[in-house]
Amino acid sequence: MAVVLDARDLNKHFGAITAAMNINAAIEQDSVVGLIGTNGAGKTTFINMITGYIKPDTGSIVYQGRDITALSPREITRAGICRSFQIPQLYSSLSVFEHMMMGLGVVLRNAGLGGYFSRGRPNVPGHDAPAEEVAERILKRFGLSGYRDKNAQVLPGGVRKLLDIALTMVAKPTILLLDEPTSGVSAEEKFGIMDMVMSAVKAEGATVLFVEHDMEVVSRFAQRVIAFYDGRIIADAPPEIALTDPEVKRFVVGGALHRLDEQQAAPHA
Amino acid sequence: MNRDRTLPILGAVMLVVVLAGPLLPQWALFLVTIAIAKGLVALGLMLLLRAGLVSFGQALYYCIGAYTAGSVGRFFNVGDMLVQMIAGAAVAALVAFILGFLLARYRGIFFGLLSLALSMILYGLLVKSEALGSTDGFNVLPSTVLGIRPSEAWVRYVVAAVGCGVALLATALVYRYLRTPLGQLAPAIKDNEIRVEYMGTSVRNAIHAMYVIAAALSGIGGALAATTVGHIDPDMAYWTTSGEFIFITILAGTGSVVAPFLGAAIFGIIHTVAFDLSPNTWQMSLGTALLLLIVFLPDGLWSLFTRRKAA
Repeated sequence: MAVVLDARDLNKHFGAITAAMNINAAIEQDSVVGLIGTNGAGKTTFINMITGYIKPDTGSIVYQGRDITALSPREITRAGICRSFQIPQLYSSLSVFEHMMMGLGVVLRNAGLGGYFSRGRPNVPGHDAPAEEVAERILKRFGLSGYRDKNAQVLPGGVRKLLDIALTMVAKPTILLLDEPTSGVSAEEKFGIMDMVMSAVKAEGATVLFVEHDMEVVSRFAQRVIAFYDGRIIADAPPEIALTDPEVKRFVVGGALHRLDEQQAAPHA
Repeated sequence: MNRDRTLPILGAVMLVVVLAGPLLPQWALFLVTIAIAKGLVALGLMLLLRAGLVSFGQALYYCIGAYTAGSVGRFFNVGDMLVQMIAGAAVAALVAFILGFLLARYRGIFFGLLSLALSMILYGLLVKSEALGSTDGFNVLPSTVLGIRPSEAWVRYVVAAVGCGVALLATALVYRYLRTPLGQLAPAIKDNEIRVEYMGTSVRNAIHAMYVIAAALSGIGGALAATTVGHIDPDMAYWTTSGEFIFITILAGTGSVVAPFLGAAIFGIIHTVAFDLSPNTWQMSLGTALLLLIVFLPDGLWSLFTRRKAA
């Protein structure tokens, strides 16, 4: 499969702390990649470097053959790489539907549509439908139609997570970076949320990188796992290989793997 | 879905003012025109406030609009109030476009105080400028409209009517702007600026655009005030003038493009009555009114209408 994103020799230091050391990762189109590691291992730094929030000290990030290392977050978003956040970043005064319309408005404006002198209801680029229809469609895919007119402030945790991710879909991303999509969500909700997110993302056709601490979620949804420890990549392989790697077991997975082994021996009902 | 009747209502109110104008006494026409002028400034402030920005120095552009209108008459002998208002808006927008590169980088108290400092710099410059009348200012050329000079008895009415028309047009444009993606960004910027950047747009550019629009509206307001009063002076850039505009904006609320005009009218009434009853302590009455408003109507007068609708 074609490589859509290529991180080459990324290094990042914050004073004496090494946040990234010789990070090399080529991400293939349409793949689902799980990023694992303990807190401070460098997962979020990796995502932040891809999205332009922080710049690597050395190295480069190539997206679809174009070097995006020096671009700003908004330029990278426009190029087709979108992200969600560990703590949902929503607009407290807007309703769920207004969130989508605001995001779609930005997409229209970036495409030179929806400006001061535009008339009618132009189709949103990539979605081929007017903004209202696209908003309803994305909300439906994420199971958010029932919350359409609710203010973001009053939404439950799981719904906030879904809205945060749904908001990234308005730009029709080629690559979607999900920072801990199930953190702060109850154990019962986790798989439901991930099922919904993955089927919605698949429908939109995006490559996914997701940061996750729950190894059950990783083993079930990731096709490939990149394990981080102390700013380095210590494993990069399919989940069944990466999660049984001795270094990964020692530094990343720890006790979680034993629980996973037990659950795999007695699978979910 | 309820059809938004904002513009028809504003149009109807303006039409009533225009039709009833000949029956109104001169002082009432004066108050109405000044309310429209200040309402335009407050409309600009409202745009900024929706994005969470409070400009403590909007009098800068009010004064620029007024001095541009005055200078067009003084130096070019042009007394047409439409030309004066267009010139006032254009010069204010140009200055805001330049200063916007600096101001759009700041938020919160820094934005507020920087805007205040800039208005006080203009005040200082005008006070020292003898060509522009120094502290006394200068008189503005008597108004003409499309080359016609109204008689003394009708001039106030004509100025008020033209002011109504211009305010209606400006408000309709702002109303439309608020429905564009750029206009709809303001509350999102107020709530979560970082997320707006991650949606793929520049917050700084959006704020810059809002700042220029707010300045243009203030410029029109300043030019209208100059034409109405017939005299301009550096006090138009003084910080207390900026304070008045903030008072009006808070009084009005940010719920509708009509609200600033309502706020400006109520402010004018409170100001006039308080000054009439107690010339030495009228500020105390204004302060009390503001205090009561913040306690009982924190979202401004307009929330009275939205509350009733929600009920």
